[in-house]
Amino acid sequence: MSEFPAGGYIVNLVFLFALATTVAGAVLAVMTRRIIHSVCGLAICCIGLAGLYYFLHSPFLALMEILIYVGAVCVTIIFAVMLAEPEEAVVEKKKGVDFAWSGMAMAVGAAIFYGLWRLGAQHDWTAPVTRTNDGSIKLIGEALLTTYSVPFELISLALFVAILGALAIARAGRDKA
Amino acid sequence: MNPTPLYDRPDFYFITAALLLALGVFGLLRRRTLIGMLISGELIFSAAALNFMAFNRFKVADQSAGQIFVLFIMGLAAAEIAIALSIVIAVYRNYRSVKTKELSDLNG
Repeated sequence: MSEFPAGGYIVNLVFLFALATTVAGAVLAVMTRRIIHSVCGLAICCIGLAGLYYFLHSPFLALMEILIYVGAVCVTIIFAVMLAEPEEAVVEKKKGVDFAWSGMAMAVGAAIFYGLWRLGAQHDWTAPVTRTNDGSIKLIGEALLTTYSVPFELISLALFVAILGALAIARAGRDKA
Repeated sequence: MNPTPLYDRPDFYFITAALLLALGVFGLLRRRTLIGMLISGELIFSAAALNFMAFNRFKVADQSAGQIFVLFIMGLAAAEIAIALSIVIAVYRNYRSVKTKELSDLNG
């Protein structure tokens, strides 16, 4: 394999680091009190996910993840936070109902996680005998323009409609306020 | 040396995706503001995308299909974020709040 003897361990460490970044970012995104910390958690989670995509042999998606999520989605959410939440949220006292609700939410999350874990671990997913292609960027581009050309056009239409709709919704009532 | 390195074991990815989905649902139930719920929704999207990529890498013959599907997920998530944030801003303009508890008036 590699000439450097500890190379495998280092790659494993980098993989575990990407995994830990993803999970830690997700935990940060749902557990923090302030919404701006939550956005930072989402950005960290997406950077970790980009690392995982790289380990899944898809550097193209790793790039897209950082470009779209960290570069566009998180920045847009930060804009919305600045526009819609100017004052700091008041820290209200936690009541028993809040704790019960949080506990219920945690139970639902844990049940989903446990069920999916059991499902993923127990089921014998069959692996393919051969791989028809290696999933390179060139092949992705060819598939986007041949096999998946209709969904490709449809998603551009969806994005166009989304931009128009976002403009129309955000503009309505502007002169009132 | 390990015979199979850690990043070539699909279980890690499946468990991480399940964890992301569970955290997303937990946040969706727990958050009290619209933007917080939106962020949790993004986590759920990411969980689905990671699951697609893991299955695509390890269990599918055509290696580019999953990548294209995840690309579509990202495009739809971006469109959803644009629409949802403009709705949030419109709601804030009418109610002066984005807390879900205070958005309880209908205007017909």
